[in-house]
Amino acid sequence: MTVNLSKGQAISLQKSDGGTLTAVRMGLGWQAAQRRGLFGKRTKEIDLDASAVLFADKQPVDVVFFRHLVSDDGSVKHTGDNLVGGAGQGGDDEAIMVDLQRVPVHIDQIVFTVNSFTGQTFAEVENAFCRLIDETTGQEMARYTLTGGGQYTAQIMAKVHRQGNGWQMTALGDPANGRTFQDLMPAILPKL
Amino acid sequence: MTAELVRGQNHPLPGSRVEIRVTADTPVIAGATFNDEDGRMRDAGWIAHPAEPHLPGVEVSRQAAAVHRLAVDLAAVPGDVRRVNILLALPARTGGPARFAGLAAPCFAVTGLDGQEIAGYEVTGLSAESAVVALELYLRAGAWKVRAVGQGYADGLAAMLADQGLSDARGLADTIDEAVAAGTARSVAPPPQQPARRPGAVGGESADAGRAASTGGPLGEQPAATADQPAAPARDGAPVAGGSGPVDYRHPRRAAATPPAGRQPSPQPAVPAARPQPAAAPQGGPGQDTGPVAGDAPGWSMEERLHNQVWGMFEDLARTVAAYRSAVDFADTRMERELEAVLGDPRARVSPAADAARAEARARHGALVEQARTVLERDIAQLEAEAEVVEPALPPALARWDNPVWQAYEPPAERPMSLRVGDLSLAESGGLRIPLLVRLPLERGLWIDSGRPRGSEAGPADQDELRRLAGRTATVLAAHLVAVHPAGQLTLHVIDPAGSAATALLPLVESGALRDPPAAGASGLARTLERLTQRVDLVQMAVRSGATDALPPDLDVADQLLVVHDFPHGFDDRTVNQLRYLADEGPSVGVGLMMVADRDEARGYGPVLDPLWRSLLRLTPVPDDHLADPWVGHAWTYEPPVVPDGSQVLPQVLRRVVAARRSAGG
Repeated sequence: MTVNLSKGQAISLQKSDGGTLTAVRMGLGWQAAQRRGLFGKRTKEIDLDASAVLFADKQPVDVVFFRHLVSDDGSVKHTGDNLVGGAGQGGDDEAIMVDLQRVPVHIDQIVFTVNSFTGQTFAEVENAFCRLIDETTGQEMARYTLTGGGQYTAQIMAKVHRQGNGWQMTALGDPANGRTFQDLMPAILPKL
Repeated sequence: MTAELVRGQNHPLPGSRVEIRVTADTPVIAGATFNDEDGRMRDAGWIAHPAEPHLPGVEVSRQAAAVHRLAVDLAAVPGDVRRVNILLALPARTGGPARFAGLAAPCFAVTGLDGQEIAGYEVTGLSAESAVVALELYLRAGAWKVRAVGQGYADGLAAMLADQGLSDARGLADTIDEAVAAGTARSVAPPPQQPARRPGAVGGESADAGRAASTGGPLGEQPAATADQPAAPARDGAPVAGGSGPVDYRHPRRAAATPPAGRQPSPQPAVPAARPQPAAAPQGGPGQDTGPVAGDAPGWSMEERLHNQVWGMFEDLARTVAAYRSAVDFADTRMERELEAVLGDPRARVSPAADAARAEARARHGALVEQARTVLERDIAQLEAEAEVVEPALPPALARWDNPVWQAYEPPAERPMSLRVGDLSLAESGGLRIPLLVRLPLERGLWIDSGRPRGSEAGPADQDELRRLAGRTATVLAAHLVAVHPAGQLTLHVIDPAGSAATALLPLVESGALRDPPAAGASGLARTLERLTQRVDLVQMAVRSGATDALPPDLDVADQLLVVHDFPHGFDDRTVNQLRYLADEGPSVGVGLMMVADRDEARGYGPVLDPLWRSLLRLTPVPDDHLADPWVGHAWTYEPPVVPDGSQVLPQVLRRVVAARRSAGG
């Protein structure tokens, strides 16, 4: 069952049977824009990038994005940069895997962001979504629709943070502007 | 495609025969009742329960258990049955919990005979109830469907049965409870180890539990005798099996983070005799408490798997130490910041409140570091356990010299993919050593640094000792290289201009592994370099023009390894250039280079040699932390390979190499 999260809504990543989640995946998918030109050379391709920033007590400690695909501790992994989005629908074009059990003890928040590297705003992107999946069962836990996101080039999607012994996810859904996660840092910090 | 049902939702069943798997937090009674079209039980015979486990078309377990598997054949139920209710109840007389409150939600999975899950349902929201009708299978327009019901009864089984129109509900409920209590009393001791289940993975309990339980017989369940020690599912992948859980040796990432599609190979793992290997666990049983296995990594051959496993361990250690160091750094910074904040207020600096704040800051620091250390130690224990099985399984090319594999050494038929050139460790890794593997053929030359370790003021005596050790390390490495190549397929050349490495070279010379004596003096050096340079030129030309058959017949087609001792002694500008040429061009045509050199002594050549040094892999004759890993960039302490003192393994192996070469006609 998917929860369509609204802004600021928090869901606990505890399973209802009391077990904690062990691994989650943040998936980002979007559809390639219409191709133009004779040979598709002058396509209006859209490159969205998913990033995850690891924070310890509001200090960024590590970041996982297309140029640093695995966090130093190995707990957060990016599947790699996708420059053009998916031709079809539904699948994740970029994904970030988080092994919650292996996240270092001092990391207390992980913030997921999406940026439009090629500069198109979300108003121009088709069928863009971001979702959080329980990696062990493949079940979708939360989904966020980006399309129609207005004149923004970035979004601070969600944060996963420690809560007691487990983890909780809070949907943020804050629009922002920027090419990579670095541009978003000022916008992220107040959300921690 | 599994349908995750919510309360009230229904789903068609594809066939009449299904299995229903139940996973609960504690031993529960599973049963089934038949209802007619009015939703009533016709009589007390329309219920399958532990005392009466068989009904036409339905079979339940005789005992309370945390895991059940009910077999249902809807084609075999009596004709006037319109509904089959699947129910759960907490046993009343076994001392277990009396209500579902506080227990994890029971999970149901309806599967076809092929094991394919059709529908799943988690009975959430239970609190004061002690019995629940979880699912109903019902006939609608000639087809059977399943509906998630989740109707709980605070007054237990009796109330539930009464609700279904049974007159003597109380009596039947008592009979069931008695039967369960009796079953508990006679049940045998619990098996020593319960298969760990992944929490909440609906229908994902280990294949073992499923297989055993599918018989429906009492042996299939986890006996209720364990009720005093609740059969809690493994949390967080921790081992279950009682309180004294053994260390969870499963690989933290390579197994767990694998998507179900199974990257995990199921090779015939090489298992050291001492460690019995449980039957290869299918991917469905990730919670199986299997020990580490040598060769637990992807690859086409055992050798490749071991190679990848060693690199996997290397990466794991690098990353787990990175996590630890990062946490400790953070703790240090935070404590400093907090202590500074206390100091920042001059008036409060010496007050009791400040002391308390300081103590608090230190305690927070200590707690975090302690936590990080626990994780680190857990990971290292896992890697150590893995190293313990991997190390004895390593083939000669990857083995240390104290490995028994050398006693049964035979020259191989093929060149291995990699060679162990030493061991790596970090300060945090305790006794754990990760083999440092380099790919063969050597793409980069090896440089054994006979110079002083950085930052140390070694006297001349130490300097001589270092040279001696460097010479010995070079010999050990060269011997290892020769031994792991097929007979006669690696020809050694040694340049020892001043004869200073004669002692170190003895094993190679005496055994005959080194066919020509070490080249001495400037002229010998020049001749050797000239010959190798010529060979590189010829082979390159032949390869470029595609005329490899035009090579002179006396050309040695074996790979070559040039070992240069005491560089730059005896070299001049011309020979230095030839050496650089060999270092650059040699690897592509099978000419490898190993140098024993002190960079300081070659300073006279100026910066022209810098590219040469950079192109070589620097090794040291004594442990030294100068190697960085490719993931995090820790400085790893390298330890050179050593032959155990007094061991004759090296000459023995070399003798066999030479014997094999002779018999191969070399």
